Amino acid sequence: MITEALIWAIFLLPLGSFAFSALVVRPFFNRYSLVSGIVTIGALGTAFAFSIWTLRSVIVHHDLNFEPIEWLEVGGATIEMGLLIDPLTAIMLVVVTGVSLLVQSYSLGYMEGDKSFCRYYSYMSLFTAAMLGLVLASNIIQLYVFWELVGVSSYLLIGFWHERPAAAAAAKKAFIITRIGDVGFLIAILYLFAKADEFAAAGLNAFHIPDIWQAAQPEAALGAVLGGTALTWLALGIFAGAAGKSGQFPLHAWLPDAMEGPTPVSALIHAATMVAAGVFLVARFFPVFEHSADAMMVVALVGAFTAVFAATMGLVMNDIKRVMAYSTISQLGYMMAALGLGLYAPAIFHLVTHAAFKALLFLGAGSVNHATGTFDMRYMGGLRRVMPVTYVLVLMSGLSLVGIIPLAGFWSKDEILLGAWDGSSVLDTWVNRVTFSALLAGVIMTAFYTIRMIILTFHGEFRGGVETELMEKAQTVPAGAADHGGVHLHESPLVMVLPMVVLGIAAVALGYLANPQWDMGIPKHWITGFLADGLGAALGLEGHGEALEFSWWMALVSTGAALAGVLLALVIYLRRKGKGADPLEHAGPLHTLLAQKYYVDTLYEDVIVRKGFFKVIAGTLDWIDRNLVDGIVDLIGWFFRNIGSAIGKFQTGQVQAYATGIAFGILAIILALLLAQ
Amino acid sequence: MSVHDFYVVSPYLAMAGAGLLVILLDLALPMRNKGLLPYFAFVALAGPFVLSLIQFYDLSGAVNLLQGSDAFATEDPSILLGTLSVDRFALFFNFLIIGSTALVVLGSTDYVRSMERFQGEYFGLILFSATGMMLLAAATDLITIYISLELTTLPLAALSAFLMNRKSSEAGMKFLIIGGISSALMLYGMALVFGFTGSTQLADISNAIGQATGDTPFGNYAIFVGVILMIAGFGFKLSAAPFQMWVPDVYEAAPTPVVGFLSVASKAAAFAVVLRVLFTGFFDVALDWGILIAGLAAASMVIGNLVAISQSNIRRLFGYSTIAHAGYILVGVAAGVKSGEGVFKTPEFAAIGPDSVLFYLGAYAAANLAAFIAITIIGSKINSDEISDYAGLVTRAPVLAMVLALALLALVGVPPTGIFIAKLYIFTAAVDSGLVWLALLGVVNSAVSAYYYVRIIRVMFTQPATSEEKITASPAPFLALGLAGAAMVFMGIAPGFVMEAAQGAVRALAV
Repeated sequence: MITEALIWAIFLLPLGSFAFSALVVRPFFNRYSLVSGIVTIGALGTAFAFSIWTLRSVIVHHDLNFEPIEWLEVGGATIEMGLLIDPLTAIMLVVVTGVSLLVQSYSLGYMEGDKSFCRYYSYMSLFTAAMLGLVLASNIIQLYVFWELVGVSSYLLIGFWHERPAAAAAAKKAFIITRIGDVGFLIAILYLFAKADEFAAAGLNAFHIPDIWQAAQPEAALGAVLGGTALTWLALGIFAGAAGKSGQFPLHAWLPDAMEGPTPVSALIHAATMVAAGVFLVARFFPVFEHSADAMMVVALVGAFTAVFAATMGLVMNDIKRVMAYSTISQLGYMMAALGLGLYAPAIFHLVTHAAFKALLFLGAGSVNHATGTFDMRYMGGLRRVMPVTYVLVLMSGLSLVGIIPLAGFWSKDEILLGAWDGSSVLDTWVNRVTFSALLAGVIMTAFYTIRMIILTFHGEFRGGVETELMEKAQTVPAGAADHGGVHLHESPLVMVLPMVVLGIAAVALGYLANPQWDMGIPKHWITGFLADGLGAALGLEGHGEALEFSWWMALVSTGAALAGVLLALVIYLRRKGKGADPLEHAGPLHTLLAQKYYVDTLYEDVIVRKGFFKVIAGTLDWIDRNLVDGIVDLIGWFFRNIGSAIGKFQTGQVQAYATGIAFGILAIILALLLAQ
Repeated sequence: MSVHDFYVVSPYLAMAGAGLLVILLDLALPMRNKGLLPYFAFVALAGPFVLSLIQFYDLSGAVNLLQGSDAFATEDPSILLGTLSVDRFALFFNFLIIGSTALVVLGSTDYVRSMERFQGEYFGLILFSATGMMLLAAATDLITIYISLELTTLPLAALSAFLMNRKSSEAGMKFLIIGGISSALMLYGMALVFGFTGSTQLADISNAIGQATGDTPFGNYAIFVGVILMIAGFGFKLSAAPFQMWVPDVYEAAPTPVVGFLSVASKAAAFAVVLRVLFTGFFDVALDWGILIAGLAAASMVIGNLVAISQSNIRRLFGYSTIAHAGYILVGVAAGVKSGEGVFKTPEFAAIGPDSVLFYLGAYAAANLAAFIAITIIGSKINSDEISDYAGLVTRAPVLAMVLALALLALVGVPPTGIFIAKLYIFTAAVDSGLVWLALLGVVNSAVSAYYYVRIIRVMFTQPATSEEKITASPAPFLALGLAGAAMVFMGIAPGFVMEAAQGAVRALAV
C-alpha cells in the first residue's frame, strides 16, 4: 500500500521541478535549458507512477485515511491541511499526471528553439503542481488556495507569448472572468466560517471536506445546519466558482480566447487541468449538491444549455483551435449536466475519456500548425497526404468525440444520455427531458463540426498555409497568430508523434473501463461502480446509485444522431471544390450571429465593462473628483484668495475644498446617526 | 521616575535617540561619506528593536508592563501617571513600525543619495515620526494621544515637502493644513469627552460612560459629537472616506519612499490608536460607533476601488488603493463588536475582529512596501510615474518587474500571499459578527480591485519597452525589496506566527 509521503510526492515533485527550473536553471544555466524539460518530464513520470500506485491502493484497500495537520487557527475554527484519497482523487491524479506527462514530452519538440524554453517548463510544472494540490486537498481552504494558484499559473501560461497583445489580453480576461466565479466560491467558504461553531458542536470541522458532506446529509444531527435554502445557496456559490473555471455560460467567454497560449498549453488546460477543475469541484461536493434539488436543477440546465450553445458557435469557426475550444465548452456542459442529473460516475468517466481525446485533438492541431504555420482552416487542406500519422490520430480522436462505437467517447457519452433519459434523479421529469433533448441535439452538432474540421484540414487541396493567409490579409502579423512561422509540409518529429500515439490508444480503448456488457477481465461497469462505491463509502452508505444497464436502442439513437451530423458535414464539405466561401455563410444573419459568438464578448467588453462600468461609474466618480470638487474649489478658492492668505501661493484652492469636505462628512455622519436612531 | 520607568519607555527613548544621533552624525560626516547615513540609521534601529524584544519576553506572565510582570510586581501601577500602557498590543506595533521603518530606510538609500542637502535630516525625521507612531500605539491618555499624533504628523509633513519643488511643497502644505484641521477637530472632540467624563484617561472615560444612560446615540450628545469628531480626526490618518481627499494629491507628489512610509507605518499607528481608544475607552457605546465604522469601511472600499480604476499615474493609483485597503481593515474594526443577546442590547467583544486587523496590517505592510520600494527604484530611473511608462519593464528589470507583479497580486489577495489570509480572516470576522453585507461588499470589491492591479502587470509584461536601458540599483534597496517580498509570501504560507502574535496583542486590549 502506498504511504502518505509518496502521495505528497505526487504534488511535491512537479513543484520541485518548478523551483529547480525557475530558481536554478533559468538564472544560471539558461543555455542548457533542455535540462529543465528533462527534469520536468522526469518529475512527472515519477509522479505518474506514484499516481498509478495510489489508484491501485485505492482499488485494493478502498479508502486511505491520513490524519491532516493543523495549519492555522482563526477565531476558534481550525483549518487543516491534508490528503483526501478516494476513487475520485485517485482517478484524477492519474489523468492529470498522465496527460501532463504526455504534453510535456510533446513540448520538447514543439517548443524546441523557443527562447523561453525554460520559462515554459517552469510554468507548466507550477500549473500541474497547482492542479495536483487542488485534487489532493482534504480541506476547502486548502483547495481554494490551489484553486487560485491554478488561476494565476494559467494567467502566466495563456499570456506566455506576452509580446503579443492578444495573448496578454486573453490572459487577463481569463484571470478576471474566472475570478468573478470565485467570488461565489469565496462567499460559500465564508458561509462555512459563519457556521463553524455549529459544526464544532456536532464534532465536525467546517472546512474538512468529508465533514461538510456529513453535515449536508438530511439524517445527520446537523441536518438543520446545512439544510434547506442555505444548502442551496452554498451549493450555488460553489457552482459559481466551478462555472468560471469550467467555462459554463455565462462565464464561458474567456475560454476560446485562451487559445492564444502555446498549443500544448491549450491541450493541458482544456483536457486535464483548469477546465476539469470546475467539474472536479462540483463532483467533490456532490454529496452537498445532491441534497438540494434546486441547485441540481441549476447545474443540469446550465450544463445542458452550455452544451448546445457552445456547439452552435463551434459550427462556424474558421480557426481550428477555436472549434476545439467551443467543443471543450460544450463537452464540459455535458459533464455538468450529468452531475446536475445525479449521474456522478458517468460525468467523471466522460471527464476521463474527454481528457484523452481532447488532448490528442489539440496536440494534432499543434502538429498541423507546425507544418502549415497557421491555425486558420481556410488555408489548410489536403494534409492527410503529408501527415498521415497525424491524420489517422486526429480522425480517431475526432470520431471518439463524435461518439462512434466502439471508441472511448461513445461509452461515456452513452452513459450520460442513457441516465438523462432514464430520469431516476430527484429532479422534475421536464428537467430530464429538456436536458436529454439538448444533449442529443449537441451530439448532432458535435458530429458536424468535428467532421467539418477534419475535412477542411486534411482533405481536398492544400490552400497555401500561412503564406497565402498573410498575402490575402496583407498584414504583418497573422490574425490567428501562428506559433511557428513558415510553411514546410512534413510529418512532425517522433518526440511529438509518440505522445500522440499513446493518447490515441487511450482515446480508442478507454471505453473498456466501462465494460457495459461482457465479461472482459474486469467487472461489469467497472469504473462507474468504482466511483459510485467510493462516494457511498465516504458517507457510510451501501453503494451509491446503480449503474444503468447498457441499452441497445439508446446506443442506436445516439449513433444515429452522430451519423446524421457526420453525413450532413460530408455532403456539404466533401463535395465542395476549391476555396470559395464557407457553405454555411449562406445562412446569412444566423451565420453572422454565430461567428460573432452571439455578441456575448461585445456585450461584456463594450457594453458592460467599457461603456457601463468604466465610463459611467468609475468615470463619473473620477469626474466628480476632478470637476465637481474643483468647481467648489474655484468658488472657495476665489473667496479665500480675496482674503489673501500666505497659503495662497501654494494652493490650487483644493485644500479649502478638502477641509469643507471633512466638515460636510462630519455633518453627514451626525445626521445619519441621528436619523438612524 | 524610577529605573523601572526608564525601562518601560526605553524603546521610545532609543528611537528618538537614534534620530538625534543620525542628525549629529550628518554634521560630523564629510560630504563624500554621507552615503553611510542610511546604514547608520538602519543599525541604530537595532536599539529600539532589542529593547522591545526584551520587554516582549518580560511580559510572558503579565499583559502590561506597567501593571507589573512577575519581576516588577511591587511597582506602583500609576507610574507615568497612567498615560502609557506598554503591553503586548503596544509591542506588536513596535515591531511592525520598526520593521517598516527599517525597510523604508534601506529602500531610500539610492533615492536620498541624489539629494544635495539634508540627508541626515531626512532619516532623522523618519525616525522621529516612527517614535510618535510607537507612542501612539501605547498611549492611553487623550493628551498623550494628541502629542504622539502631532509627533507623527509634523515630520511627515516636512518629509512630504522634502523635494522642495513646487509639487512636493504643495503636497507638504496640504498635508500640514489638513492634518492641522483634523487635529483641531480631534482636540475639540476630546474636550467634549473630557467635559462630560471629567477625565482624559481611557480607563476613567470608560467608567464614566458606563454610567451614562439615555435614548440619544452614545447615551449623551456630548459624547456623541465628541466621539464623531475624534473619529474624524483619526480618519485623516487612516485615509478613510470621507476624510481621504488629501491622499491622492500627497501620494502623487511627495517623495516615493515617504509615501511608502505614510501608507504603511502611519496607517498602522492610526489603526492602533483607533482600536485602543474605541475598545478600551468607548466600548460601552460600541453598538453606536460600530455602525459608524461599518459605514466608513463601506464608503472607503467603494470609493477607493472605483476611482482607482481610471487612474493613469501609479502613485495616484496607490493613493486610491490605500483608501480601499483602509476600508477592508475598518471592516475588521467594525467586526470587533457583536450585538449581545437579551432585551437590552449590550455590546460584546469579538476578539477575532481586532485580531484580523492586526494581521491585515502586517500583511499589507509587507506587500505595500515591496510595491513602493520597487516603484521608488523604477521611478527614479525612468523619471516618471505614469503607468504607460512601465511598458516592457520585464525586459529592462526582470527581478523588479517580478516582485512588483507579485506584490500587486498580493494586494488583490491572491494566495499564497499574506493578504489572502488576511482578507479571509477579516471577512470571516465580519460574518461572525453579523456584518454579512459588509463581508459581501468586501468580497465584491476585492474582485473589482483585480482589474486595476492586473492592468499594471499587463503593461509591464506585455507592452514593448520604450528603451533598452537596464534599470539597476545598489544592493540595499534590493535587500529591502527581497525582505518585504519574503515577508509577504511567508505570511501567506505560514501565517500562524504573526497570527498568534496578533491574538496575544489583542488579549491585552480586552483587559
